[in-house]
Amino acid sequence: MKINRFAEVGDWILDRFPLAHLWNSHMREYYAPKNFHFWYFFGSLALLVLVNQFATGIMLTINYKPDAALAFDSVEYIMRDVNWGWLIRYMHSTGASAFFIVVYLHMFRGLLYGSFKHPRELIWIFGMLLFVALMAEAFMGYLLPWGQMSYWGAQVIISLFSAIPVIGDDLSLWIRGDYVVSDATLNRFFAFHVIAVPLALVLLVFLHIVALHEVGSNNPDGIEIKNNKDANGIPVDGIPFHPYYTVKDLVGVGVFLVFFAAVIFYWPEMGGYFLEHANFILADSMKTPEHIAPVWYFTPFYAILRAIPDKFAGVIGMFGSIAVLFLLPWLDRSPVKSIRYRGGMFKKALAIFVISFLVLGYLGTQPATPGATIVARIFTTLYFSFFLLMPIYTRWEKPKPVPARLTMQPTLEDRIASLIAIFNEITVKEAITLKNGKTINIRKPHLENIFIAIIRLIKRLKESFD
Amino acid sequence: MKRLITLFLLVTLSFCGYASEDIELQEADIDLSNSESLERGAKHFVTYCLGCHSIKHIRYQRMALDFGVDEKQVVKDIAPEGASVYDQLYTAMNKHDAEKWFGVQPPDLSLIGRSRGADWLYSYLKGFYGDKTKPLGTNNIVFKDVGMPNVFWQVQGLQKPIFHRVDGQEQIEKLVITEPGKLTEEEFDLLVNDLVNFLVYVGEPVQLERQRLGKYVLFFLLIFSVIAYKLKKEYWKDID
Repeated sequence: MKINRFAEVGDWILDRFPLAHLWNSHMREYYAPKNFHFWYFFGSLALLVLVNQFATGIMLTINYKPDAALAFDSVEYIMRDVNWGWLIRYMHSTGASAFFIVVYLHMFRGLLYGSFKHPRELIWIFGMLLFVALMAEAFMGYLLPWGQMSYWGAQVIISLFSAIPVIGDDLSLWIRGDYVVSDATLNRFFAFHVIAVPLALVLLVFLHIVALHEVGSNNPDGIEIKNNKDANGIPVDGIPFHPYYTVKDLVGVGVFLVFFAAVIFYWPEMGGYFLEHANFILADSMKTPEHIAPVWYFTPFYAILRAIPDKFAGVIGMFGSIAVLFLLPWLDRSPVKSIRYRGGMFKKALAIFVISFLVLGYLGTQPATPGATIVARIFTTLYFSFFLLMPIYTRWEKPKPVPARLTMQPTLEDRIASLIAIFNEITVKEAITLKNGKTINIRKPHLENIFIAIIRLIKRLKESFD
Repeated sequence: MKRLITLFLLVTLSFCGYASEDIELQEADIDLSNSESLERGAKHFVTYCLGCHSIKHIRYQRMALDFGVDEKQVVKDIAPEGASVYDQLYTAMNKHDAEKWFGVQPPDLSLIGRSRGADWLYSYLKGFYGDKTKPLGTNNIVFKDVGMPNVFWQVQGLQKPIFHRVDGQEQIEKLVITEPGKLTEEEFDLLVNDLVNFLVYVGEPVQLERQRLGKYVLFFLLIFSVIAYKLKKEYWKDID
């Protein structure tokens, strides 16, 4: 009897709202390629981190005070006197860094398997807009604790706009709302950080997913599964997103949260990378810190800015390094999507790009000594070469034949046996007698075999680059 | 190409090796579970520091709670005369006087443990030496020309720098005690260590609590991951 009542309420809603249709078309009957592997966890993880930032962010605003005189103390109040405030704040601050880690890996996945290529150009554009919105969100959020790094970081970045000819000074004044970063700046950044940019993020996530579900997901083979459908019109190599990928992503969520929680509970400052030491000092407009470094996720772009001698050219270089990513779908002229079937040129270029990005990221955290600047210039050149030379080298190289159907690579579980074999190879058994007279076997590292294993690994790596 | 890559890496790595010319810091022995040390540190803070520095982000009550000591005991042992258990550690020195006497108001030390780090504080507090050119007669080996005088001169004694020449410049090699104080060197080291321990605690009073909780959270998440993995295996068994 009662169950019927519930069903009636359910039907009443379903008659008026396409809930079942939405669920089916985006979850139950959305067919995803069945060979997603490790690199495909980061999309759902990005969504998880976004939800985490929203939930913890809303709770932080309950006690945070966007006022230059109160902001710093209100954060400490949250850390000490608000029940579980420290946990909420660390979840938010660690979440910011986790967001960038997850998004960088998500974007790198796109580079590896050509997820930006036809017909997914628009997904990539929405994704890039999301990335830009995320950077704006992070930049403005970083001012809110009103510490020394918050203050001077914002001062440096906003002053970049003053390098623009003619309108520069007025523009930076307009952004700050004052001649220096001040209470007016804090208030407007707060408004943007908690309302304007989050709304844009939600809208863009929606567009990103709608566009994805229109054309379908790419896969590690870069094959369109929609080209090969069975009699019912279902892709032969596709499986319903729900329940297969919902349960699989749940595993990814679990493993991710283990790392996330480990940082929150044991290394919330992450050695000064997630929470900078100088940010535990109240902002002081009269005292410039000796070394201003942005948070780690901005450092590659900051290094590019500093590498270019002219200030305005540097600003163009910095924004250009992000803008060039938008053009990726049209710069890549290769007929194949996945790195598995690309030629050696792209693989080498991608490796150089990754190294450049990491080195620039490191240099951005360091003071700009003359030597470091030269290195930064070299890697800035390499960073841009990866993109600007792409039309040439992707047309040059000879791709390998692409199979018609998805290939299944050995999973991590399949590889456990071979990993154990390698472990047995690089260690030798040694019998040790304990103090209480028992004898146990301990495996000790064997130097020569480790060396052999490393050489084999390097050889395999070299082969995979051809 | 490979040679170029190697060259770039070599060049980069050689720049990473650039060491800064900072003074080598002495290591503080931080143990936040040692509540006796924290209590002693709090007492030292009230004795030597509270005259000029506040710690506005902590109350005596929180200290009692975290050290596992009775509230009345904390007020009696640690707090200055007339303080209530609900009071924060505010200095009695006002801003106007402070600026007149020292040039700047001595900073609030609630977060000094997080911004400077334990080793820096430990080395700084032990690093005062006699310098006749300074208005207060002391200088500091870690924080040059600092406005703060050596508040420990009675217990530590007076220190004198030993110079040596590096590239034609006089540099301080080490500090030696010329006039012994009331405490032996070991006793003084313990005093400073307790004080630094307390400052690190005050920087984030919840530290021990979060480390204790973290174990359970990680344990739960590991179990969750295993169950999720088993669930995934069950669902995926018919996918080839």
